[in-house]
Amino acid sequence: MSMEKVMDAKTDGGAAMPAGAAMVTADGVPVKMRGSNVNVFYGEKQALFDVGLDVRDRHVTALIGPSGCGKSTFLRCLNRMNDTIDVCRVTGTIMLDRTDIYDPSVDVVELRARVGMVFQKPNPFPKSIYENVAYGPRIHGLTRNKSELDDVVATSLQKAGLYEEVKDRLDEPGTGLSGGQQQRLCIARAIAVSPEVILMDEPCSALDPIATAKVEELIDELRENYTIVIVTHSMQQAARVSQRTAFFHLGNLVEEGETKEIFTNPRDKRTQDYITGRFG
Amino acid sequence: MFTTSLLLLAVVLVAAYFVGRTRAVQVVGGQVSDLHSLPSFHGAFLAIVAVVPAFVLLLLWSILAPRVLDTMILSTHADAVAGLGTPETEAFLRDARAIAFGGIVGFTDAAKEAAAQTYASLNATADLMLGAAMTLLAVGGLFGGYRAIAPRFRARHVVERVVMVLLVMCSAVAVITTIGIVLSLIFESLRFFQKVPFFDFVFGTHWSPQSAFEGAGATGGDTNAEVFGAIPLLAGTMLITLIAILVAAPIGLFAAIYLSDYASRPVRAIAKPVLEVLAGIPTVVYGFFAALTVAPAFRGAGESIGLSVSSESALAAGVVMGIMIIPFVSSLSDDVINSVPQSLRDGSAGLGATKSETIRKVVLPAALPGIVSALILAISRAIGETMIVVMAAGLAANLTVNPLEAVTTVTVQIVTLLVGDQEFDSAKTLAAFALGLLLFCVTLALNIFALRVVQKYREQYD
Ligand SMILES: Nc1ncnc2c1ncn2[C@@H]1O[C@H](COP(=O)(O)OP(=O)(O)OP(=O)(O)O)[C@@H](O)[C@H]1O
Ligand SMILES: [Mg+2]
Repeated sequence: MSMEKVMDAKTDGGAAMPAGAAMVTADGVPVKMRGSNVNVFYGEKQALFDVGLDVRDRHVTALIGPSGCGKSTFLRCLNRMNDTIDVCRVTGTIMLDRTDIYDPSVDVVELRARVGMVFQKPNPFPKSIYENVAYGPRIHGLTRNKSELDDVVATSLQKAGLYEEVKDRLDEPGTGLSGGQQQRLCIARAIAVSPEVILMDEPCSALDPIATAKVEELIDELRENYTIVIVTHSMQQAARVSQRTAFFHLGNLVEEGETKEIFTNPRDKRTQDYITGRFG
Repeated sequence: MFTTSLLLLAVVLVAAYFVGRTRAVQVVGGQVSDLHSLPSFHGAFLAIVAVVPAFVLLLLWSILAPRVLDTMILSTHADAVAGLGTPETEAFLRDARAIAFGGIVGFTDAAKEAAAQTYASLNATADLMLGAAMTLLAVGGLFGGYRAIAPRFRARHVVERVVMVLLVMCSAVAVITTIGIVLSLIFESLRFFQKVPFFDFVFGTHWSPQSAFEGAGATGGDTNAEVFGAIPLLAGTMLITLIAILVAAPIGLFAAIYLSDYASRPVRAIAKPVLEVLAGIPTVVYGFFAALTVAPAFRGAGESIGLSVSSESALAAGVVMGIMIIPFVSSLSDDVINSVPQSLRDGSAGLGATKSETIRKVVLPAALPGIVSALILAISRAIGETMIVVMAAGLAANLTVNPLEAVTTVTVQIVTLLVGDQEFDSAKTLAAFALGLLLFCVTLALNIFALRVVQKYREQYD
């Protein structure tokens, strides 16, 4: 993997930092996660080529690009969800604060507690609303007693903007909620383990416009406390919720920058074609 | 005659199909799109109208002919059979048939020879008439059907209707057989309950039908009801089933979890079929495995630690039966565990749960109803099992909860009641039917329960 290629991707980040140093961008903004020279293979097939991307702390970073370009693949690298796929192999480095998350000494369980994930299709467990949110705190032993757990559940639901709607029926199954409510339940579930980063893979693609608006609003609020990376197919959504946007194409990171910049003044021809709807 | 007719009908069937198809194309001058139904439907239609009536006639005749012929013989040779009892008349007819059509003849006399001749001539006429009737039906069907073929003729509807009738008839056979078996069980059991009071049977704690006549009163047909208590058998069945489930449930379930969530694809591809081969081993093989290997081993092990284990024990039978039903548990559980959506596993892993936490807290609870129903099906399989118990658990109807003693089960006792020469209407034989009914009720209840659980499970996901 050559350095030139990484630079070619026109990213702020790029080269791996030695473990231990706090990461910042060229203009001094703290960086929460940094991928460098990331290559991903599904068996023989390479899905990502030398991707280098900085995820800024307490920013919303949107990943956009045509279907199959590797957005989900990159997102799943960030909390090692790709480990669950047998044929998947990842090279390069991905840093979270001061640690390389692919280092053998890293505990995935701990990593995923710090880097949570919300999926495309709402996937509440077939348990009660309460149990869904309490799931993470329970397995990580985050609370000492029932009343603490109750608090965590309530605050998580509040942060996800769901509390008012469900506070009287916490014992009912989570699968009985509407699609939009289910997705906010899944966000609450992710928040409950107090992650630092939340990854969202097309979180609104199964939702109607009103539910989508609610989730987008929520993402905007969460930015205050969390670093968020979101994959989306909706350009408008990327423009509405994100500060930074990264455009992927055929497994390459084409360009990354200020969301406004990307949408008004893309540097690359491919980006321009995509956002003006000429392919995708 | 029957076989030849069938062959001929088959030829007509194929020929009519092609004729019908060609005719259909012909009536629209090759413009197939003008037809209401595809040419093949017209072909099938013609084949059906040509063959089915003749076939039905053939079938009816084959069923009725022997009776009709016998009746006619008996009336023409009334003097020869006059004064003969039923068995003798039967023998007379049998011999006459044998003389006429070949076979083993008891002994001949003039009357039988005459009857045989009548048989032969009657049969020849009947065959001739049958042949003529069938030809008439086939030709008539062919002709009528051929004329019916027209562009707007709805051959497809006719064929669909016939297919439906066929399907209905097939399922009717299955349903009627079941009903018949259940009814015969019920009626024979009722006869048993006339001799032995229902409550003595269901709640009696003493089972020894061999001694049914020992304490009998003055009349020979008397039965002392106290020896037909089914409780020891039910207890034995439950004890062995319990042991079997204790063996099969954890092993089968853990194997299923390994196969569905841990095993790599190649391992799974080999291990799953191999596990299922266990289900294909004849139970009698398990039986002698249990009797010759497992039971003595348990006995030896028990003796070495100072326990007295009888050489035929519930434990040995239960353990081997448990091994036998492992594949039922594992393969059904594997299916339900696999049907838990991957998204739930991802969701759990995404929250930082380990694989075993995910399985324990998300996958298994979600799959639980399905697993329960798998277990119940395995249980009903174990309850109905006979061979292993006969060979390994013994025949002694002990009422005990000690797994080291010999016990017996409902199925085993049914076998022993019916083995050997039996009077068909003795209480002993009829008891087998009552036991069968009892067993049937238990497994039916279990199956209904399992079905309920499965239905509830389905609602959860769709
Ligand atoms: N589990 C897998 N096994 C093999 N190949 C995979 C797997 N998952 C993804 N791929 C391949 O990797 C490439 C990138 O897939 P990815 O899911 O990251 O695309 P994406 O950008 O998220 O697309 P979409 O917008 O449609 O979700 C695709 O070519 C896909 O076929
Ligand atoms: Mg995707």
